Amino acid sequence: MYEVLRDALRRDEPVALATVVTAPGMTGLGGKLLVGRGGEPVGSLGEPGLDSSAARDARGALAMGRNALVHYGVHGEIGQEAVGVFIQAFSPQPRMIILGAVDFSAALASMARVLGYRVVVCDARPVFATARRFPDADEVVAEWPDRYLRRVAPELGPSDAVCVLTHDAKFDVPGIIAALETDVGYIGAMGSRRTTEQRNLRLGEAGVTEEQLARVRAPIGLDIGARTPEETAVSICAEIIAAQSGTDAAVTLSASSGPIHRHNRAL
Amino acid sequence: MKDVLDDIERWRAGGRRVAVATVVDVLGSGPRGPGATMAVSEDGEVAGSVSGGCVEGAVVTEALEVLSSGEPRLRTFGYSDDEAFAVGLTCGGTLTIFVEPLDW
Repeated sequence: MYEVLRDALRRDEPVALATVVTAPGMTGLGGKLLVGRGGEPVGSLGEPGLDSSAARDARGALAMGRNALVHYGVHGEIGQEAVGVFIQAFSPQPRMIILGAVDFSAALASMARVLGYRVVVCDARPVFATARRFPDADEVVAEWPDRYLRRVAPELGPSDAVCVLTHDAKFDVPGIIAALETDVGYIGAMGSRRTTEQRNLRLGEAGVTEEQLARVRAPIGLDIGARTPEETAVSICAEIIAAQSGTDAAVTLSASSGPIHRHNRAL
Repeated sequence: MKDVLDDIERWRAGGRRVAVATVVDVLGSGPRGPGATMAVSEDGEVAGSVSGGCVEGAVVTEALEVLSSGEPRLRTFGYSDDEAFAVGLTCGGTLTIFVEPLDW
């Protein structure tokens, strides 16, 4: 089964692995069931009822992108504690799509790569959208951002991010509108407060509602006093981490209280 | 698991047996969440991590024992465990780790 898991991970396919970690008399410890999004699960936890309960919860874990320790009765009964099963959801690599092939994009691409994103830089101008200028991007696409986003929209989900860095309304407005049509978990747009205000007016004229606009974080990033492209990349990535972990009113750790470690994202 | 795959493949290609330790539960404060994985080869090479470095040493010992016994085990590190207290989880949380031979 390891080989099946390895190959799925190498192909970046979503897959969940259920393992028996506690059991009466410790029999069947380590039993495994591998569950993909479609098709039959591979392996067994040693009991058909247990397999069907774990397969159902594994699909749930996959949809949520969350790991979980769940307990069942020996035949998979809900609400019993006899058997502990750890369900590990392996989500595909999250994607960051950066619109605009500018200096800030190169720094953001590097930072996002460190954080484990598959990074795509997209710009309509072929002279700027070159792989040589973005060595840390996995892909550099010379195409109108809105057209590109509509093309990949079906593949995008809540763990993905769109960062709009062109601050040119001609590209930004259609790019943001296309981003709003996707299910990405984060949309941010760069620009001064004045640029943001003007862009919001144009977006409104183009039919974007207040509610939709609330999804766009603009000006992009956390207020950490960033100036350089590299510092701005830290600010943007910090905002994405805060947004994706649900720590929305991010403040400095020294000015807040409560545990510093939270575990609401799958690894 | 993804982050230790290359090392596991290298060890297996060299005919070395491998144990895998996975965090399955975290109570209180812990630096790595459930799913954090560390792999250990039979000659004691290590890839990945399960904490901020607090319990890795103890987990290597567990992993090597699991490889010689062939039996997976669940171990808890933290305040509730005297031995683990000696190992020391500086953040004060409790970490439950499943250690198993990679024989599946």
